[in-house]
Amino acid sequence: MALLELTQVVATYGPVRALHGIEAQVPEGSIVALLGANGAGKTTTLRAISGMVKATGRIRFDGHDVLNRRPEDVARLGVAHVPEGRGTLAQLTVWENLQMGAYIRRDRNRVKQDLDRVCGYFPWIPQRRRQPAALLSGGEQQMLAIARALMLRPRLLLLDEPSLGLAPILVREIFDLIQAINREEGLTVLVVEQNASLALQLAQRAYVLEVGRVVLEGESEELARNESVRKSYLGY
Amino acid sequence: MLLAASVIQSFAQQVVSGVAAGAIYASLALALVLIYRAMDVANFAQGEMAMFATFVAYTLITQFHLPYLLAFVLTILLAFAGGVIVERAVVRPFEGAPVLTLVIVTLALFSIVNGLAGLIWGYVFKTFDSPFPARSIQVAGVFVGIQDLGVIAVTLVVLAVVFSFFRYTRLGLAMRAAALYPESSRLLGVRTSRMLALGWGLAAAVGAVSGMMVAPIVFLDPNMMQPVLLFAFAAAVLGGIESPVGSVIGGVIVGVLLALVGTYLPGGQNLRIPFGLIVIVAVLLFRPAGLLGRREMKRV
Repeated sequence: MALLELTQVVATYGPVRALHGIEAQVPEGSIVALLGANGAGKTTTLRAISGMVKATGRIRFDGHDVLNRRPEDVARLGVAHVPEGRGTLAQLTVWENLQMGAYIRRDRNRVKQDLDRVCGYFPWIPQRRRQPAALLSGGEQQMLAIARALMLRPRLLLLDEPSLGLAPILVREIFDLIQAINREEGLTVLVVEQNASLALQLAQRAYVLEVGRVVLEGESEELARNESVRKSYLGY
Repeated sequence: MLLAASVIQSFAQQVVSGVAAGAIYASLALALVLIYRAMDVANFAQGEMAMFATFVAYTLITQFHLPYLLAFVLTILLAFAGGVIVERAVVRPFEGAPVLTLVIVTLALFSIVNGLAGLIWGYVFKTFDSPFPARSIQVAGVFVGIQDLGVIAVTLVVLAVVFSFFRYTRLGLAMRAAALYPESSRLLGVRTSRMLALGWGLAAAVGAVSGMMVAPIVFLDPNMMQPVLLFAFAAAVLGGIESPVGSVIGGVIVGVLLALVGTYLPGGQNLRIPFGLIVIVAVLLFRPAGLLGRREMKRV
């Protein structure tokens, strides 16, 4: 059974319907991508999962019905959501951002180990731990956002456009890291990306969204060969 | 020569008692700032809640014959609980409402708490004994009241506790995060709504201290805190309404200025309230962010 399962998920913002019955599964231990143009409903899908928009249908995570639960309760089930704009706690220090990532945890010793672990992933963090996160560059803020999400020890990581505004080399670095963590620790990842070619390299499976519906799904390699995907999203 | 010495002496005394009064304004200003940061609303009922808490202390001391210190601590705890209850019962139903609605809610709370106190304790002025002796001691050639020094010391302790709480505890950190970035905080599992209730509790507790400090100076009655609230607003605006440190600095500046205005301007005692308003208007005109506030920045 999949760790995350979306069935007929419909979401509306006031009079505007953003999702028209999304069907998707994220198997445990996999990386799955949601692709699509602006306004296709990718971000809304993530927000519906973490309870930030009201929706109907069914969303099951790890055996729990999470539809319309409060975001804080979904987080407490082990879902770390790095939202659009990275959710940086800008006035707080880098270190406080990481501590807030582990806010729901009570296992202090393991939290300490995890702080060391993320500092291993991002060696610049210890030197800049006392700086307000607002002073970090966009790339550093993205890394901090991922580090903060990892501090929650999530079962599922939701990433919203991790490549947005970053230099390609940095994107590569971040994606390699996500892949490594997925491989080594079995972390399940659902990533939203506009950059389809990058996303298809990162993920094992992908869903293509158009105006609030899944129009295509499949293994990444298969989708990368698909002619309409190539024309619409890969640009060749 | 002697005259000059006595002028300096009286000036120094005014400054010290101004700092002491400022410390009281600072506590109430800090309470205002705590709630303003958490929900962008000036809590007009903050002073009345402090007054109510002071009446509770008065009852504990006069009816239950508790020693002052015990009554003081108990009142702070009760004020904290009261603040939490007020938030849950009165403010929470309006969660997500426009700021203006919330302001009206705090104004309603102002009249309700004021009327309730009048109903329970009446409008006859009561004396509220000071825990400090009415003597003066000589510090560096200046006679200063132990009362003033005591008020300053109590305020410093309160500030130290509040700042350490926010700076060094997990809960304090979460409250700051929830106030500044509610959405991101919820995604990290922070129950922001509860944090807001805790913020109201904390503000009420800090406000209660200002009430208990001011009551021995004025008389205890349901309208006791209204001028204090005005000066606390002046302090908070002067310091930068988003800045806890600023509110304290603002409190001390306002306290000293008011003491000097009251002493040295002809008819000065009657000018104190207009002066408080002038401070608010002047700051809003010339430096809206206050001394330590950040300039308003909105991402587009």
